[in-house]
Amino acid sequence: MSFPFFFKEAVRGLSRNSAPALAAMLTVLLTALVLGVFIPIVQATTGTANEVRDRVVVNVYIADEATKGERQQLAAALERTTNVKSVEFVSKAQGLAEAERKNPEAFAEGTKLLGANPLPDMYRVTPDDPDQVSAIVDRLAPVGADGAREPSLAAIDEVRNKEEDTEKILSATGLVKILTGGLMALLVFASIALVANTLRLSIFARRREVEVMKLVGATNWFIRWPFVIEGVIVGLMGGVLAVLLLTIAKETFIDPLQARFDLLAAPETINFPLLIVVLLFACVAVSAAGSAITLRRFLRV
Amino acid sequence: MAQLRTRRRPDPTPAPTPQRSGDVPVVELRDVSKVYDGGSVGLERASLSIGRGEFVFLVGATGCGKSTCIRLLMKELEASSGEVLIAGKKLNDVDRSKVPYLRRNIGTVFQDYKLLPNRTVYDNVAYSLQVIGEQRDEIRRKVPDILSLVGLSTKLHNFPDELSGGEQQRVSIARAFVNHPPLLLADEPTGNLDPETSIGIMQLIYRINKTGTTVVVATHDKEMVDKMRRRVIELREGRIIRDEQSGMYRPDESTTEFAVRLRGELGVGVEGHPN
Repeated sequence: MSFPFFFKEAVRGLSRNSAPALAAMLTVLLTALVLGVFIPIVQATTGTANEVRDRVVVNVYIADEATKGERQQLAAALERTTNVKSVEFVSKAQGLAEAERKNPEAFAEGTKLLGANPLPDMYRVTPDDPDQVSAIVDRLAPVGADGAREPSLAAIDEVRNKEEDTEKILSATGLVKILTGGLMALLVFASIALVANTLRLSIFARRREVEVMKLVGATNWFIRWPFVIEGVIVGLMGGVLAVLLLTIAKETFIDPLQARFDLLAAPETINFPLLIVVLLFACVAVSAAGSAITLRRFLRV
Repeated sequence: MAQLRTRRRPDPTPAPTPQRSGDVPVVELRDVSKVYDGGSVGLERASLSIGRGEFVFLVGATGCGKSTCIRLLMKELEASSGEVLIAGKKLNDVDRSKVPYLRRNIGTVFQDYKLLPNRTVYDNVAYSLQVIGEQRDEIRRKVPDILSLVGLSTKLHNFPDELSGGEQQRVSIARAFVNHPPLLLADEPTGNLDPETSIGIMQLIYRINKTGTTVVVATHDKEMVDKMRRRVIELREGRIIRDEQSGMYRPDESTTEFAVRLRGELGVGVEGHPN
């Protein structure tokens, strides 16, 4: 038999079992709504965590007595070091200006007390992966036999990575990432379980029907197709409704906020059309596959 | 009856396997036993053979193995040992995925009708044709035909729960026979019906048998069996204890014999009153 037949059967099944179908649709709708809200939130959180991690840098202070040639050699060596994303030269003057900006009160008197700018020239090295910071430090200044770090090049006075800050940042953001990832996995699992369970209830109510179909000589797929199509219809309706609600919420609450403050322009959230597509696809796939899989138990007659 | 005879298919032998010769029995059990998971015995070393066009009653008390027998024949159950053959084909060799094709050649009628509650009478009968991929105009032609044959031409668009028990059973017979299967299995077809209605149902099944379809009826309807005088196979505790042509529900028994048996079974002393 052809698709129109199965489609008609599916519509008949839905209209004659509207209560469980409605329950399944509501379940899909609610889980899609929750997912639709949480996916951007999780992404914004991990985005922020990543941004914080990008602040992890290695400072390579240049020895004052280094010659021009040695400095050039150092710059080239830094560029060549593995795991290094970028190298930035910060001169004495720039360093002072930055320090003043960070802590204006301490520099209220200017550099009068110090007499001259005490800061050395330095290279600020950004790693491609924040977790590789200590590896970079080790490469530039390996730990010597006496336990102290020895610079690998003459031009290097000292290599520092603000160890305490770095450790804090790395452990805190790592925890945030694990937590949000776990939350997301839990949420997806709960959604699938919930939808599958509701579908099971609606199919369980019709197991006698399936049994009779098998007795009349229907093949498994002849019975299954209408149920799968029902699942697609239910998933699609729930998904479309959820997307509609999400769109309304976005237009009325998020967009005006975003216009007023820039703070909601979080770095890497999923863009809205993609979110819609993902949600719709997930709704349809989960409920169609759920129907087919649940049915399997009752087809063994 | 004459009406039904004229409606025979152009090809009168649509058996699952080509009829090599007349001597291949439609149904054959060879030393079949069925032990359920719980350990209770459904059928014990039963052997029987039913030829083409026969009308057979399976009789016996509840739990004697009638239903087990019917369910083995449609491969709803698997035999624990022995061989079940339909038209010479061993059911053990039939693959799970091929079971639907086997069932399309076997019409089934049940005590509880097993109609699809969400479909009208028409759709219920049409379903078994849709299952085999029948053309739509063929379905439109055949379904009203068969329904008028069972006397339901006025109830095409009623749902099963709007019909009486007898009418529902007629629908299920129409559904079982609309494909003109070579074998019809009926498990207590009159079990839920009053005697008057039962006669109508049995007449229908008899008429189907007259078109050449082999019919196996499991029943405990003593009156019906005694009146129809067909082949009777009696089961007791899973064993075949009697198989006779044109038999009765019980072997002939005089009134006095019956009285003795009755008193014995009630546990009343033959000597007299207990008080």
